[in-house]
Amino acid sequence: MSSSTLVSRTRYAVAENKLTLLAAILFALLIFCAIFGQMLAPYGPLMTNESARMQPPSWAHLFGTDALGRDIFSRVLIATRLDLGMAISAVVISFVVGTGLGAIAGYWGGWVDAIFGRVMDTIMAFPLFVLAMGIVAALGNNVTNIIIATAVINLPFYGRFARAEVNVRRDLAYVEAARMGGNGAIRILYGHIVRNILPTMLVQASLNMGWAILNAAGLSFIGLGVRPPTPEWGIMVSEGASFIISGEWWTFVFPGGALVIAVFCFNLLGDGLRDIVDPRRRT
Amino acid sequence: MSAALLTVEDLVLDFRTRSGMVHVLDGISLSLGRGEILGVVGESGSGKSVLAYAMMGLLDPAAQIPRGGIRFAGRDMLTESERSLAETRGREIAMIFQSPRTALNPIRRIGAQVQDVLLRHANISKKEARRRAIEALARVRIPDPERRFDAYPFELSGGLCQRVMIAMAMACDPYLLIADEPTTGLDVTTQAVVMDLIREQVRSANASVVLITHDLALAGEYCDRIAVMHAGHIVEIGTTETLLSTPRHPYTTRLIGATPGGHARIEDLASIPGSLPDLRRDLPPCRFIERCDRRLERCAVEKLPSVNLGPDHRVRCWNPL
Amino acid sequence: MTTATAIMEAVRLVKRYPTGHGILHAVDDVSLAIQPGESVGLVGESGCGKSTLVRLLGRLIEPSDGAIVFEGQDIAPVPLRRFVHDKARGRIQVVFQDPTESLNPSLSVFDAVADPIRRLGKAADRKTLASQVRDAIELVGLPPEMEARLPHQLSGGQRARVGIARAIALRPALLILDEPTSALDVSVQAVILRLLADLRSQLGMSYLFVSHDLNVVRLLCSRIIVMYLGRVVEEGPTEALFRQPRHPYTRALLASIPDPARRGQTPWRLEGSASSPIDPSPNVCRFYGRCPRQEARCAETMPELRPMDAAGLHRAACHFAEEIAP
Repeated sequence: MSSSTLVSRTRYAVAENKLTLLAAILFALLIFCAIFGQMLAPYGPLMTNESARMQPPSWAHLFGTDALGRDIFSRVLIATRLDLGMAISAVVISFVVGTGLGAIAGYWGGWVDAIFGRVMDTIMAFPLFVLAMGIVAALGNNVTNIIIATAVINLPFYGRFARAEVNVRRDLAYVEAARMGGNGAIRILYGHIVRNILPTMLVQASLNMGWAILNAAGLSFIGLGVRPPTPEWGIMVSEGASFIISGEWWTFVFPGGALVIAVFCFNLLGDGLRDIVDPRRRT
Repeated sequence: MSAALLTVEDLVLDFRTRSGMVHVLDGISLSLGRGEILGVVGESGSGKSVLAYAMMGLLDPAAQIPRGGIRFAGRDMLTESERSLAETRGREIAMIFQSPRTALNPIRRIGAQVQDVLLRHANISKKEARRRAIEALARVRIPDPERRFDAYPFELSGGLCQRVMIAMAMACDPYLLIADEPTTGLDVTTQAVVMDLIREQVRSANASVVLITHDLALAGEYCDRIAVMHAGHIVEIGTTETLLSTPRHPYTTRLIGATPGGHARIEDLASIPGSLPDLRRDLPPCRFIERCDRRLERCAVEKLPSVNLGPDHRVRCWNPL
Repeated sequence: MTTATAIMEAVRLVKRYPTGHGILHAVDDVSLAIQPGESVGLVGESGCGKSTLVRLLGRLIEPSDGAIVFEGQDIAPVPLRRFVHDKARGRIQVVFQDPTESLNPSLSVFDAVADPIRRLGKAADRKTLASQVRDAIELVGLPPEMEARLPHQLSGGQRARVGIARAIALRPALLILDEPTSALDVSVQAVILRLLADLRSQLGMSYLFVSHDLNVVRLLCSRIIVMYLGRVVEEGPTEALFRQPRHPYTRALLASIPDPARRGQTPWRLEGSASSPIDPSPNVCRFYGRCPRQEARCAETMPELRPMDAAGLHRAACHFAEEIAP
C-alpha cells in the first residue's frame, strides 16, 4: 500500500472511531511500561516488608500491598514486560509457522493439504486450554514452554486462514502471469501470493494477541509455567483470589484490571487495523 | 409529445458521498411512447444505470434530486409513496438485469420465482398462478416448461436464466420493460436469441422498452430510437436511422468511429481522447469539453442549448456537426 | 504455406479432463500453425476450448496428447515445472483478459513489468533493468510517472497497458492475447487495439488473438480459426471467411453479430445450446443437433477439415460445406 493512502486511511480510521485512537494510546502505554517498568517502579518487585502486609491503596503504595508486603503497583508495572513478552513471542511463532504451513497447504493441495488438515483438526479437537496445559505439563514448567504451548494451540487459527486465502488466489490471472514470467512455485507462493494476504493476516494476529495474553496468564493462574515470586499478572490474580471473601480487593483487582486493559487494547487495535487495511471488511 | 408513456424532465440527480457531492445526472430529458424501443447508450460512468433505476423509482438512499421529474403514465414517480411504487413495479414497469444467474434467487426454484411475481400483483389463487407461470415459461420458449418449473438457477445456462428473467418481467403484462445490459456475459449467439425474444414479447404486448447498453451496434439493430449519454448528459437523441447515419454530436460521431463493426481497417478505428471528467468537481456546462475538438468559447460558460435538428432528432451542443 | 517455417505449431493437440460423469474433451485433435509476424484470430463461444488452447500453447497446463512445436522444438514433453526456467518461456507470452485480475494488487507498475526481466531476462545491473522497464512502459504509451503506482490507482485502460508492457518486456516472438479488450469500454478498446496493431509491426511479433468479438478479430487478424466444442470447424483468410463462411456454425456466428443494417429483420438464429463435451461420440459431427442442415451422414462420419479453395488456405469441416448458405 502506498504511504499516502496508508496515512489517509489511518486518519480516517482514527477519526471515524475514537476507540481506535484510545487503543493506540493504550498500546503505547503498555509498550512504555514493558520497556521502562523496571526503572520506573518505586519499589523492587521482590521486596517484601512484613510490617506493610495487606495494606489498601495509599499514596505510599498506589495499588496497596500483598500478603508479603510487596508493592502491587510495582509488581503490576514490571509484570507488563513478561506478560506482553510471552504473548508477543507466542503470536510471532504461531504466525510465522501457521502462515507458512497454511500457505503451502493452500497452494499445493493434494496430500500436503490433507496432512495439514488432519494435524490442524487434531489440535482443534482438544479444548485448547487443556491442550496447552498438557503441553506445559509434558515439556516442563517454565516460561519457554508457556510460549510454545500458546503458539501451538493458536496454529490452526493462522494456518487455516492462510490456507483459505492462498487457495482463493492460487488460480487468479496474476498468478498465471507470474508463471509466464518465469517464477517457480515457491517464489510465486511467497513473493506474489503471501504478500497479498499479509495485511489481513496481521489483523488476525493483533486480534489474536488478546487470546495469547489470556492463555499465558491463565496457565500461570493455575500454577503452570511462571512460578512465584516472579511478578506476572496471572499469578498475582491467583494469589489475590484467596482474598475475595475477606475483602482485600486490591490484591486481584489491579492485576486483573491490567489484563483487561491489555486484552481490550489489542482487540480494539485489531479492529482499527482492519479498518486501515481493508475498509470493506469493517464490522 | 402526446400520450407519452414515460417522460423524464430535466432530471438532476446527485449522490452524497464521503468525497463530496457527485453530480451523476445533469438535466436529463427524454420521452418514450407506447410500443417503442428506446436505447440508452453510454460507456461506464455515463449514468445510464442510475437513470434506469430512477425510472423505476429505485433511488439509492444517498441520492438527491434537486430538480426535475419523472412521469410514468401520468404519475410522478418521484413523489409517489413507496407503497404505491411497489405496486407499480412488477405490474406496470418491470426490469431485467445483467448477470441473470445472480439476479435470480439461487436457492429457490425458477418456477416459484415467476409464480411469486404473479401472486404479488394479480389477485389469483396459487394454482392459477402456477398455471400462468408455466405459460410464461412456455412463452419464452423454455423447453419442457412443466418439468423446468422445478429447476434451480444453477441448473440452467446463462441464456436460459435470462429467459426466466424475461418471463418474470413480462408475467404481469407490464407497459414498460427496462432492460439493464441484459446480454452482458452471454455468447453472441445467445445474445441474438435473447434480444429477438425481448423484441418479440414486447411487440406482441405493445409494451415499451428502455434498453440500457454500452453496445451501440446492439442498440442499432434492436431500437427504434437511441439516446446517447456522456457523463450524466444526454448529448444526442433521435431515431436510429438518423442518429447512426447522420450523427451530429461530436461524441456520437466518435463513439460510432470507435465501434469495431463497420470498419474495414484498424487505421479507421477512432479513439476518443481524454477520459470522463471527475463528477465531483464543479464542471463546465458541457462535460465533453475537454475531449472535444470542436469546442467554442461559449461551451465553457453558457448553459447547453437543446437544438432540434429534425422532427425527432435533438442534440445538446453549441457546435454540432 | 509450409509448416516448416511456422513459429508455433500445434500438432493434433488434445486435452482431456476426467470428471465425475466421464471424460471432458476440452481440446480434441486441434492442429494449427502460426507463421512469424502473422496475426491469427481464434474465435468461438464459451465452452469451445479456446481458453484451454491458450493455456496449452502458453504452456500453463500440460496437454494430454499431441505436440507443441515452437521455433522448431517440441516443447510439450518439457514438464511445466522445468519449463518455467526454460529459455523458450520468455519467447511465448500471454496477455490476459481481465486487466484487474491479471495484475498483482501489491506490485507497483515497475515491479510488475520488471518481474519477468528479473526472472528470465538479461539485465546485468539495476540501471539496465530500469531502462528496460522504462522502454516497455513507454512502448505501451504510459508516462514514466506511472511506474510507482499500484493497480488500484490506475484506470482500466492503464491496467490493460501494464499487462501488455509486462508481456512484451522480454520481446516475445509469440504473443497470445486472451480477450484483452472485452472488459474495456469501447473508446478505451479502440486505443488498445491500435496500440496492439502498432506494437506488432514495431516489434515483429506473431499474435494469436482470441476473442468472442468477430468485429475486433476482423480488424487485427489476417487469418481466423473458428472452434466449436474442442475442434476446429473452419479456418481461413479473414475476408474469405467473412464473405463466404462455409461451416454452418460460422454462418450462424456471423449472423448473430449485432448489425444496425439488419434492423427489423429476423434472420435465422442458432437456438439451444452446445451438446455435451463429455464423452462425445467420435463419429458424430459436434454440431449435429443444432445444425440447420443435418443429414444421416453427419451422425455417421466425423467431418474433417477440407480445403474450400484452390490454394487450400480456406478449410472447413462439414460434409456439405460447398453448398450455398440457407
